[in-house]
Amino acid sequence: MINESLAATSDALFSVAVGLYSLAVVAFCAELAFGRKVAPARELVAAGGGPVAQAPSADEAEPARARRWGLVAMGLTMVGALVHAGVLVTRGSATGRLPWGNMYEFGTAVVLVAVVVYLVLAVRTPSLRHIGIFVLAPVVLSMVGIGLFLYASAGPLVAALRSAWLAVHVTTAILGFGIFFVSGIASVMYLVRSRYEAKVAAGEAPLSRIVHRLPSAAALDRTAHRTVVFGFPIWTFAVIAGAIWAESAWGRFWGWDPKETWAFIAWVVYAAYLHARTTAGWRGRPSAWINVVGLGVMVFNLLYVNMVSTGLHSYGGLK
Amino acid sequence: MTTTIEKPAPAPLPPSRPSPGRRVAATLLRWWRSLTAMRTALILLFLLAVAAIPGSLLPQRSLSQSQVSGYFTEHPDLAPVLDKLFLFDVFSSPWFAAIYLLLFISLIGCVVPRAIEHARAVFAAPPPAPRHLHRLPDHRALDTSLDGAAALDAVEEELRVRRFRVVRRDGKHGPELSAEKGFLKETGNVVFHLALLALLLGLAGGKLWGYEGSILVTEGDRFCNTFQQYDNHSEGALVDAADMSPLCVTLDDFKAEYEENGTAASFTADIQYGLAGSASRNTTIGVNSPLRFDGDRVYVTGHGFSPVFTVTFANGDSFTDISAPFLPSDTATMSSQGALKLPDVPGTDDQLALEGFFAPTGSVQQGVLTSIDPRPLDPQVALFVYEGYLGLDSGLPQNVYSIDQTQIDRGTLERVGQANLSLGESTTLDDGTVITFSGLKQFAAMQVSHDPGQVWVLGAAIAVLAGLLGMLLLRRERVFARTNAGSGGAGTVVTVGALTRGSADTAPRFTALTDDVAAALARRARTEENPRS
Repeated sequence: MINESLAATSDALFSVAVGLYSLAVVAFCAELAFGRKVAPARELVAAGGGPVAQAPSADEAEPARARRWGLVAMGLTMVGALVHAGVLVTRGSATGRLPWGNMYEFGTAVVLVAVVVYLVLAVRTPSLRHIGIFVLAPVVLSMVGIGLFLYASAGPLVAALRSAWLAVHVTTAILGFGIFFVSGIASVMYLVRSRYEAKVAAGEAPLSRIVHRLPSAAALDRTAHRTVVFGFPIWTFAVIAGAIWAESAWGRFWGWDPKETWAFIAWVVYAAYLHARTTAGWRGRPSAWINVVGLGVMVFNLLYVNMVSTGLHSYGGLK
Repeated sequence: MTTTIEKPAPAPLPPSRPSPGRRVAATLLRWWRSLTAMRTALILLFLLAVAAIPGSLLPQRSLSQSQVSGYFTEHPDLAPVLDKLFLFDVFSSPWFAAIYLLLFISLIGCVVPRAIEHARAVFAAPPPAPRHLHRLPDHRALDTSLDGAAALDAVEEELRVRRFRVVRRDGKHGPELSAEKGFLKETGNVVFHLALLALLLGLAGGKLWGYEGSILVTEGDRFCNTFQQYDNHSEGALVDAADMSPLCVTLDDFKAEYEENGTAASFTADIQYGLAGSASRNTTIGVNSPLRFDGDRVYVTGHGFSPVFTVTFANGDSFTDISAPFLPSDTATMSSQGALKLPDVPGTDDQLALEGFFAPTGSVQQGVLTSIDPRPLDPQVALFVYEGYLGLDSGLPQNVYSIDQTQIDRGTLERVGQANLSLGESTTLDDGTVITFSGLKQFAAMQVSHDPGQVWVLGAAIAVLAGLLGMLLLRRERVFARTNAGSGGAGTVVTVGALTRGSADTAPRFTALTDDVAAALARRARTEENPRS
């Protein structure tokens, strides 16, 4: 039933993907190391120009060496994402089912979505490439954690998961989570960058080369918002699809099972984020904090609810 | 003697003190305004999220009564305090209800005026052009040799092709044009919020008029949809037992299938169902595929084994093939526990009870029976036999899956034998009674649910999603144009400005629009110069 050699290939690809992502992190570090020294005088003018000041574009006079390292990092990330997709494809064909039937597979798929979202953003808006290290470092950490603590060997699905709704509900939950993952990172970067810009505007010149090379606070805020705008309907759909599935699996469409409760909390938090962005006094840093809390809720919902509490969503496959 | 006390001069009245009624009205209005402010809605949203947290961290009565009792035993001091705060019934607690009701009142106060204003805007003409078009986020000035009216004609045509609603006015600052499209964005917003209200109403209706009942059914047995028959049931305040659909279900056969590695593959129950008094039909239900019939749903929520026993007494009387469901204590191996009570033993006042442990695939090590497989490959029971008074008529409710320990403690119920039996084996008690493990049946835990609100909730949820997509993905665009005489009186300057909501990157779209307008102006100008070509 289970194709053991394919399953072993999948596990090997997982290690390769982690290796490639780690190399990408190293390359992103090299890009920073070889980057142009911060020129405080120019910087003051640029950032003091107003809140919508464009990123003091690192590209304009980027040394060729840094640029090369940046491209190497992007290339490694792309190859890593392909191998990462291979992990899921081989897992799926080894087991003859969708490769998201336990926490290991779910977590792996979420991280893949996050990497793909980052790649799409970085290709469409080149200045966003510079948040790469802050996406890839958590990606490597998550992958190592998933491999060490959530690993479950390839096996058949439990009876409760054998439903067409697995393809609908779990797939959209993965998409939503992966998108929120990148969004949360963009908001963290925004919080760091906006404090930096405020200091620069106040005449202090904190010469942090890393923060200097980040996209402008406005661009980060816009990225965080657009990803939530994209992810929120997907997450809403995932919750609704879950309710429809629960109605045919558990006898009721909503029962405040711990997973349902936390999915609801996450939904409310992201709804609050979208409202906060249009409410006077909540724009900027307060709303960015809400987005960070939202990501925290998503991670808590994955780890705590499956590993500590008992509920109906106990498909973790953990022993 | 009289003393005149000088009255203090009356303090001057405040200029115009409003009547108490007005003051109350003003206060209420102020409260209403702050309740319906976005800031309040945000705080209520957060409160709702925070209030839901204890519901997932503490055991809840609605999910597992036994976990709540377990918590009471573990924390005897803390639990009663938490209970007073409704922390074991968070989602039906008054404070949780208070938060979501306030949130929904706030939402009504926010969305109803918005809906009315939006409805007006749909039928009203686009607003007049602002005075300074060059202050709009997107703006551009175009020169043309056409006169003002012809130039605006060209702009209007371009906008109408793009499905804008256009109106032309003779403004204070020259002939002008206003155009608008993208009402669906605001419509989506209004639909989203109203659908949330509809969803809550559907949920509440389902809770009031819905019920559910659960029952263990052994193969061959039948039950009907009445509260008397269910082992457990819960129902909304407005459920009338007389209105319950007279559905009856017979469990013919239950099958559990497993993969090679022991993973549960499927649970299916072959059932007959029908309304009482009419012909019944056959179907198979299982995990993820309930029976839906006449507004009710029938689920299989669990399963287990009912060992069958034959008890033959010394005087020759016997009970043949009697069984009781044994509840699984571990679903991975289906090791189960249960009791069979015989209150009416012929020829004696003593009652008899079998209590024990059942293993579908038994393995005895050092006298202890354990189960090693969920399939009934080698069914075995480990039994204790009791004789005496069971306490069934004591008036206190008893657990049917175990015998009453207090009767054993009192000495009124006495253990008279014990045995490990494989299928077909017997044991003989000292008084000559023979107990045979004669067979095995399966039972299914079945649940009947009725929720008249759930179709409404589904419809509302779809509307929520549709509204959300409209609100987040569409944009509302307003375009204004005004013509002025060109410098030196030659030709016309057309100033175009645009205001877009719901999109960050509007410049490329605006450039495309104005490029097309410029091309149209040039085309018209050519046609005007050479009308025959």
